[in-house]
Amino acid sequence: MNIIHVEKLKKSFGEIKAVKEVSFDVEEGEIFGLLGPNGAGKSTIIKILVTILKKDGGTATINNFDVEKEQNKVRESVGIIFQDPSLDERLTAWENLYFHSKFYHVPSREIKNRINNSLDLVDLSERKKEIVINFSGGMKRRLEIARGIIHTPKVLFLDEPTIGLDPQTRKYIWQYLVDLRDKQKLTMFLTTHYMEEAEICDRIAIMDHGNIIALDTPENLKRSIQNDIITLVTDNNIGFSILVKEKFNIETTFNNGTLEVPVSNGKTFLPKLFEIAGGRILSADIKKPSLEDVFIKLTGRKIREEEASKRDKLRDSVKRRRRT
Amino acid sequence: MITGILDSITIAKRDIIRSFRQKSQLYGSIVRPVIWLFLLGTGLRGSFNAPEGFTYTQYIFPGMIVMNILFASIMSGTSIIWDREFGFLKEIMVAPMSRASIVFGKTLSGSIIATIQGIIVLAFFPLVGLHLSFIQIILTMLGMFIVALSITSLGIMIASKMTSFEGFGTINNFLVMPLFFLSGALYPIDRVPAWLKPLIYINPVTYSVNLLRGIVLKTETNYLTDTGVIIIFALIILSITTYIFVKDRK
Ligand SMILES: Nc1ncnc2c1ncn2[C@@H]1O[C@H](COP(=O)(O)OP(=O)(O)OP(=O)(O)O)[C@@H](O)[C@H]1O
Ligand SMILES: [Mg+2]
Repeated sequence: MNIIHVEKLKKSFGEIKAVKEVSFDVEEGEIFGLLGPNGAGKSTIIKILVTILKKDGGTATINNFDVEKEQNKVRESVGIIFQDPSLDERLTAWENLYFHSKFYHVPSREIKNRINNSLDLVDLSERKKEIVINFSGGMKRRLEIARGIIHTPKVLFLDEPTIGLDPQTRKYIWQYLVDLRDKQKLTMFLTTHYMEEAEICDRIAIMDHGNIIALDTPENLKRSIQNDIITLVTDNNIGFSILVKEKFNIETTFNNGTLEVPVSNGKTFLPKLFEIAGGRILSADIKKPSLEDVFIKLTGRKIREEEASKRDKLRDSVKRRRRT
Repeated sequence: MITGILDSITIAKRDIIRSFRQKSQLYGSIVRPVIWLFLLGTGLRGSFNAPEGFTYTQYIFPGMIVMNILFASIMSGTSIIWDREFGFLKEIMVAPMSRASIVFGKTLSGSIIATIQGIIVLAFFPLVGLHLSFIQIILTMLGMFIVALSITSLGIMIASKMTSFEGFGTINNFLVMPLFFLSGALYPIDRVPAWLKPLIYINPVTYSVNLLRGIVLKTETNYLTDTGVIIIFALIILSITTYIFVKDRK
């Protein structure tokens, strides 16, 4: 059964076409990832699916409820961890979960149990009486995750659940999420632009400029490149790249002082490179393609271009400031 | 319907817990009316004559109650701006509650807090030489609550269209003072120039002052008109705000 059905979904903000005729389905129990650079339209899709944004065209249903016509049914069916913080920091952790339970009409006699269980799941039981304002960014995010599942939604939306967190905390959060999938029959719909993190998804849709440009399992996406990548350090990368182009007609790319040569089979091709190099290769490595490479192949860009990543850092640090 | 009311109560409960954690607001609400009461009571005594049978301070006492409610009620709009700023409004908007109960819940909490602020002023009645019966005190509180409801709904409506505290503050300054001074809180209405009268009669605060003055000082007023105007005003504003919330999905 398709728990999420989206067809020709459209949304513009004035001149900006944030989402252009996007269609996809998500099966029950799946972890579905939406991957794309800043401004691709990921959050816009999520906001439409959870009913807080009005679409311009197309259809979208969650749990067979129309996001426009049956808003309250959809709201009952989803939980969401927003990209931006949304806790009441003047309340305690317990109070945040209590009011959430009330908003979602969890039966009174079950509230206490559910709060305790979900606090356990994210390891916050010890801190439940504390005012949230004193929590670290990672703790706040975990509390948001606990809150998102307390009303036993069918679909949990996670809009960049690890944004602005340090790598170790990010790892923790994903651990909790994978646990969650294993323990409860829950569909997860997440966005991220950390490529490594998308690997836990059953299927991934890659978005760029408001369009879905690829949709498949991570394995198939990587296989679609049909390439290994040989990374070389040579005495003269530019000169060597011209040589590779002349001899094999292969376009190479430069990356952090290394030269990347996409080939169909790295193990058999590497000796050929050594043959033409005549000792100019200083080191070599064969890399299986990553989702990042898939993205580069599809769009000709990295998911976080240099200038974008500067803006990103600024944005992340602004976010972090608000979280802490 | 019942679910809707319970949802409103939940929303109100959260606001009230929050505001009791901020004590400074409460202190302000005690100090402000005391200062006004004695400043205005003594300062304006020469300019206006209270009607027969009252000192000027007694005459403006119900108006001081309304003033404190007015400030607190309009200020309660900031709770919405606050929630929007810190993201909690999204948590509320994505929950399966009717938009009307969200709006009413916000109004309810603001009204309860404003009524408490009114009661703080009311507690000074022996000091200005008034004698109130138990019934009068209960009726005053009920009156204060519907007054608070109508003005809070106005504050919430304005705030629902605002994205910044500054903008909200500016609007308030342009609104609160005229509402107060054009209400007859400080002078008998029959003594103002004719051209001002229409402004006074379209002002809901006028009816609030009349109502409370009627209960506290037993001056002559039409209770039905007063409560009717106040409640109808509140209902209209609440409906508009609910409409704004329903449409707020840009
Ligand atoms: N409320 C809004 N008003 C105007 N433009 C908007 C609004 N929300 C989003 N946009 C624009 O729509 C586009 C898509 O934004 P969206 O937030 O969906 O991107 P995203 O993929 O979530 O990006 P990020 O990774 O930065 O979160 C962007 O160009 C953004 O500026
Ligand atoms: Mg986003």
